[in-house]
Amino acid sequence: MALPQAKQDATEARLSTVSLPQGAAWLTQLREAAIARVREMGLPTARDEYWKFTRPDTLVQAEVPEAALFDEGEAPIFDGVDRLKVVFVDGVFDAEASDDLSLEGLSIERLSDVAQADIHWAKDLYGSMEARGQDPVHRPLAALNTALAEDGVVIHVTGKVSKPVNLIYHHKSTRSDALLHHVVKLDAGADLTVLENGPAAARFNNVMEVDVADGAAFNHVRTQGRDHERRAATHVFARVGEESAFKTFTLTANGVLTRNECVVEMVGDNGVAHIAGACVGDGDFHHDDTVFVTHDAQNCESRQVFKKVLRNGAKGIFQGKILVKPDAQKTDGYQISQSLLLDGDSEFNAKPELEIYADDVACSHGSTSGAIDEDALYYLRARGVPKAIATDMLTLSFLAEAVEEIEDEALRDEINARLEGWLERRRG
Amino acid sequence: MAALDDTQVKEGVDQETVDAVREVGGAYKYGWETDIEMEYAPKGLTEDIVRLISEKNNEPEWMTEWRLQAYQRWLQKKEPDWAMLDYPKVDFQEQYYYARPKSMTEKPKSLDEVDPKLLETYEKLGIPLKEQMILAGVEGAEEAPAEGRKVAVDAVFDSVSVGTTFQKELEKAGVIFCSISEAIEKHPELVKKYLGSVVPVSDNFYATLNSAVFSDGSFVYVPPGVRCPMELSTYFRINAENTGQFERTLIIADKGSYVSYLEGCTAPQRDESQLHAAVVEIVVEEDAEVKYSTVQNWFPGNEDGTGGIYNFVTKRADCRGDRAKVMWTQVETGSAVTWKYPSCILRGNESQGEFYSIAITNNHQQADTGTKMVHLGKNTKSRIVSKGISAGVAQNTYRGLVSMHPKAKNSRNYTQCDSLLIGDKCGAHTVPYIEVKNNSSRVEHEATTSKVDDDQMFYCRQRGMDEEEAVALVVNGFCKDVLQALPMEFAMEAQQLVAISLEGSVG
Repeated sequence: MALPQAKQDATEARLSTVSLPQGAAWLTQLREAAIARVREMGLPTARDEYWKFTRPDTLVQAEVPEAALFDEGEAPIFDGVDRLKVVFVDGVFDAEASDDLSLEGLSIERLSDVAQADIHWAKDLYGSMEARGQDPVHRPLAALNTALAEDGVVIHVTGKVSKPVNLIYHHKSTRSDALLHHVVKLDAGADLTVLENGPAAARFNNVMEVDVADGAAFNHVRTQGRDHERRAATHVFARVGEESAFKTFTLTANGVLTRNECVVEMVGDNGVAHIAGACVGDGDFHHDDTVFVTHDAQNCESRQVFKKVLRNGAKGIFQGKILVKPDAQKTDGYQISQSLLLDGDSEFNAKPELEIYADDVACSHGSTSGAIDEDALYYLRARGVPKAIATDMLTLSFLAEAVEEIEDEALRDEINARLEGWLERRRG
Repeated sequence: MAALDDTQVKEGVDQETVDAVREVGGAYKYGWETDIEMEYAPKGLTEDIVRLISEKNNEPEWMTEWRLQAYQRWLQKKEPDWAMLDYPKVDFQEQYYYARPKSMTEKPKSLDEVDPKLLETYEKLGIPLKEQMILAGVEGAEEAPAEGRKVAVDAVFDSVSVGTTFQKELEKAGVIFCSISEAIEKHPELVKKYLGSVVPVSDNFYATLNSAVFSDGSFVYVPPGVRCPMELSTYFRINAENTGQFERTLIIADKGSYVSYLEGCTAPQRDESQLHAAVVEIVVEEDAEVKYSTVQNWFPGNEDGTGGIYNFVTKRADCRGDRAKVMWTQVETGSAVTWKYPSCILRGNESQGEFYSIAITNNHQQADTGTKMVHLGKNTKSRIVSKGISAGVAQNTYRGLVSMHPKAKNSRNYTQCDSLLIGDKCGAHTVPYIEVKNNSSRVEHEATTSKVDDDQMFYCRQRGMDEEEAVALVVNGFCKDVLQALPMEFAMEAQQLVAISLEGSVG
């Protein structure tokens, strides 16, 4: 279908400001294909159904809105965890700050190095899941990322890896525009945990494509940096094979605009996918989770658990979908999105969708929105807990269901400590 | 119904439900046509046709202008394509926009003058246009107190209203119940004030089309403090071929009044799909209450998906005053394509909106239906209960919006939508939109059968039922509650549907 003229013009105008990075022939071909996808779909506008609740303009426009640097003086997250650090500053790899990239059970390369190789396994994966993820819902910012990203990591996991890989994103320039594209390929039976943290840039466009082969397990825990004025559009694309597991959790605190999309395709029987997120927003905060899980195999389980705490005019969005294809019998799909509005100015919008074409499935979804439970608050206050602390306790218990999705106890403690710190600072 | 007979039904789905769906979606009973001489407007839609319809209805100049403006707006509008419906594009120039029986050229002064053929038609449909106490064939109606069981009927045949019963008796109570064309003639001040005030002319593609070409429909005005002495009903019958029916209903419940309104519809069995684009506007003033019930049984097309009605309907109620209440109940079993979202604007403080729906799609039917609850006033309440049942190769979508505006403090919404799939070739979908802009309101959307009332569960368990049995009992009871919200006159259909349970249902 032809694009509306205005959208086409806006897309062409934006694309005229960019040029494709240099690279080997195979990669250039993939990048050109991605640009063609962007042209065909057009860049998002506020009129698009999937951008109904979030204005995409500042994510799309050529000029990056300024974002001041921010330091709360908190110790960096995951410091207590034994991990392999890969550091990016404003979207550029920092070799000095990073650890040695060799680790048993996997190989890590920079995308910018892979780009120079005439032959590379990434040829079959780079941009492929992003391209598949464009149907039935367009995600043009991800295609733009495939075309323009120059850096990122390309990871091949062949066995069980002893410690997590931690991608750390520092933000040092107030006008930086970072694009990173990561590819993770897990062989059969392989096991890897990836951690991500940091604000990354004034504007961050991040794509991670994860191919989980049969019997493999991928764990992903991410915290999105605290900078109040940063903007981010992230996409995680995953293909989940037979008897394999894909689990991702995201904590977002602050940030003027965040759009996290997660697109998961269950392609092998007995697979498991858990997608969870907790966010806490105060004031000028807009957070959008857009999740799409497709069941295309039998007896798979998927869970979406999203909790949002909003105050002082913060906005939370959840758009989730479970699509069950005709042959995906015995699917177990679950989706919950809940918001806790701490005052009258905050806003929550949700669109929890089900699209089901198989009859022997158990799919359920729920969505609620409301204030703190007055009875529970009264109970705590009657027992001598000050109101502010009681409110925080109830807030933490509200978020717990999402945080519980993290299996590793040490990582879960790190996340809980962040949440407690965030609440405590606001208590003054 | 071969499709459903062969279907393997998954474990846990009640056989009674399957049988009930088969029964409801079985051979279409109203597929015959009335052989009657008709008068048509020329095919297609132009400004002249709009003028012609207006002229045929003897409308005043302001009404003609209103229609023409709508027509101009319609020309600029795009057909909506966001619904999960897949059907060949409608050629709006291949339709007749006006058809009336020749015998209706001169409007009959009373029911005695109406063409017997038309009366026969309604008799055959079970809607005798005689001023009798009860509708024929309703089981259990005999026991009902005669006083409360009168039903006034406005019968619409293609583009015109054939007659309205009990007008005199209603007049005594001050209730105006007539066809909309009659209302334009006799009560222009009311029509001018309210028409298009709930569904604006340019609301959406089909409503705009309706505004330009609506031919007839019903008009109800219940004055302040009056409890309408009987139930009002409109029966829509499409008979002519290639003819669209565009009815317009306007119901005004003034302060402190009450009215219950029923709507039924059928059409002959034909290979060509036919268009039905209606608009229903309801104004509910302070302390007033309106119950609007529909059993939609348009021809659904045959087993191969040939023919059937395309049902594009805009229905909206505006609770203008405080404590106004509106209740939509719909049983959707017919139509090849349904695009329908009866909505409530809860403007008055403490106003209430309720929506109960059972949508059954079978064979090649497609339904995209649901509701909108727009909470604007303080302490407003809404409840949505939707049951979608899909069989054959049908697609059934619930689409709804719950919106809490910043000023709608302390409001409450509860939504439950369950779907059931019978067979593995159909689809059931849920597309709810939830927008909450204040924190004193609570919104709950759920779609699970496990979340039944704990007390009821405890009660059942105590008496030795296992959990599954207890859930089934409670859910069954709940579904029956929805059906009991239907007025007596729909008891026939309802009795069949009561057997439907939603065990084994999905989100």
